[in-house]
Amino acid sequence: MFVSAECTPLSFKDFILIMPAVSVGNVGQLAVDLIVSTLNMCRVGYLHTDCLIPMAGNNPYATSAENANDLSTSAEVYSSPDLKLAVLQIRSPIIQKKSKKFRKLLVSWMKTSGFSRTVVLSSSHAYQRDDQQLLGTPLRYLLTPSMQKETGDHLKEMDWKEMETVSAFPGVSDSEQRLCIPGGGVTKGLFTASCAEDIPLAIVLIFCSEGDNIPDAFTLLNHLNTWLHLVETPVSAEIQTQPKWRIPASWRLLFGSGLPPALF
Amino acid sequence: MATFFGEVLSVYSRAVEEDDDELDDENEEDEQIRREIEEKREVYIEWYPDVTQSVSSGNCTLQCSDLIIAVGPNASGFLSAYVLNTESWDAVGHVSLWNEKSRCTSRQPPLPGEPACRFYRHRDNPSVLMCQSTCYVAEDQLFQWADKVFGSLLNRGLNVMVLSDSPVAEYKTPDNLYGSAVPFLRSLKSSAFKDQALCPALEQPNILTGLPAAVLSHCQVHRIPAVLYQCYTDVIGPDTVTMETYKPALTSLSKLVKVSTVLYPGITGIMEYFS
Repeated sequence: MFVSAECTPLSFKDFILIMPAVSVGNVGQLAVDLIVSTLNMCRVGYLHTDCLIPMAGNNPYATSAENANDLSTSAEVYSSPDLKLAVLQIRSPIIQKKSKKFRKLLVSWMKTSGFSRTVVLSSSHAYQRDDQQLLGTPLRYLLTPSMQKETGDHLKEMDWKEMETVSAFPGVSDSEQRLCIPGGGVTKGLFTASCAEDIPLAIVLIFCSEGDNIPDAFTLLNHLNTWLHLVETPVSAEIQTQPKWRIPASWRLLFGSGLPPALF
Repeated sequence: MATFFGEVLSVYSRAVEEDDDELDDENEEDEQIRREIEEKREVYIEWYPDVTQSVSSGNCTLQCSDLIIAVGPNASGFLSAYVLNTESWDAVGHVSLWNEKSRCTSRQPPLPGEPACRFYRHRDNPSVLMCQSTCYVAEDQLFQWADKVFGSLLNRGLNVMVLSDSPVAEYKTPDNLYGSAVPFLRSLKSSAFKDQALCPALEQPNILTGLPAAVLSHCQVHRIPAVLYQCYTDVIGPDTVTMETYKPALTSLSKLVKVSTVLYPGITGIMEYFS
């Protein structure tokens, strides 16, 4: 459940919520790290739940000695009231068999908070793309019906690609089409539940594989920025520029400590 | 996933398991099995009769001003050697739970030497509680452990200290640790903890997991002042050098209760107890 870190009452009414799905390559979570770090967002609360594996650490977005020692937990909510933006960051895996409960918790929180819309950043296994999906952009989107009404045309104008459905029985031409997001964690479940509850929700995802997923996070975030304009893109006549995102301190040593010289 | 030699390998993702959607296809029998497994894995706090007598009927809530939790054989050994050996402590409870590695399900007090989570209370200062945890608490039981332990205590005016062992192999640093001072201490504190910690703070990108993380997260969310001292060591089992690394914590502990300042002569017995 949501627990506020503030002493004064908090309102998210008409805010946009951005959250990650814990998915292949942790791309959504990396992208959310960049958003919180670049926009200098303040932590305003926690999602205190038994659905996530507990973790704790010092402030991952520390910029100075003063703010370095704020304790950080496995799911926290950040806010930028000027931008009417709230961000949920999830830092640990969902406990096996608790994903349904976690989805219910998220849907319930989204409804009671009154967010104007929710954007879920996610990813899907690149190796499970079909022949068509291997060509062109690896980025896809999905909109719930209520979101389709307000944003569907705008995304089509921007040439965004909607996530394709797959045959329930591959090879059988007239079999039922269904949505399949392999490696997406709770993405599909959250989307289906949001459709059922009439919540304005968008999924923005990228096809990727496990590895160094920092470039995937940048690609996903730059793509999202063309829609939400979180950060200004510098204008240049000669080259296509991308916005500047600040990499947080916690991204150091993503692949382990320095090498011991005794190894050589 | 296809490879250069034509064999097909299944791809492993560090983030997600593939069977996340299984719950949606549950029938009644699956649901019943799942409920039974959940009940079997539930965490219980067993308070002993002399403690439950001193509180009103219904929920057992203990008055507690200071809770000290030791997680791991060296942290627990440190408390045994320097604090619990003064013989002013009574065993007041233990945690009963079941998982693949721990079968501490008995309602009876655990036997000496058995991995367990035991609670002790100081005889002269009964608001000081100590917990030694040497049994494995599974991922799905961690939140419940912290919730139920803190649910048993009156949280007003509570201060928490956690001592926790960790292998130095998990410590990430750009500098090489070969030849440096291992074992060493690092600290983390909740926002409500206003004092100075007694050693350097845990640097990014290092994090806590397991029981220490569950306790500290609970304290952070519920605004309980808490400080954690994590000891990174290159020894797997109980070791006197590692236990002595926790000595800076005696500065705070000595303000609450009587402590030994030298290593307890019965230390060999303690080593065997925790190995």
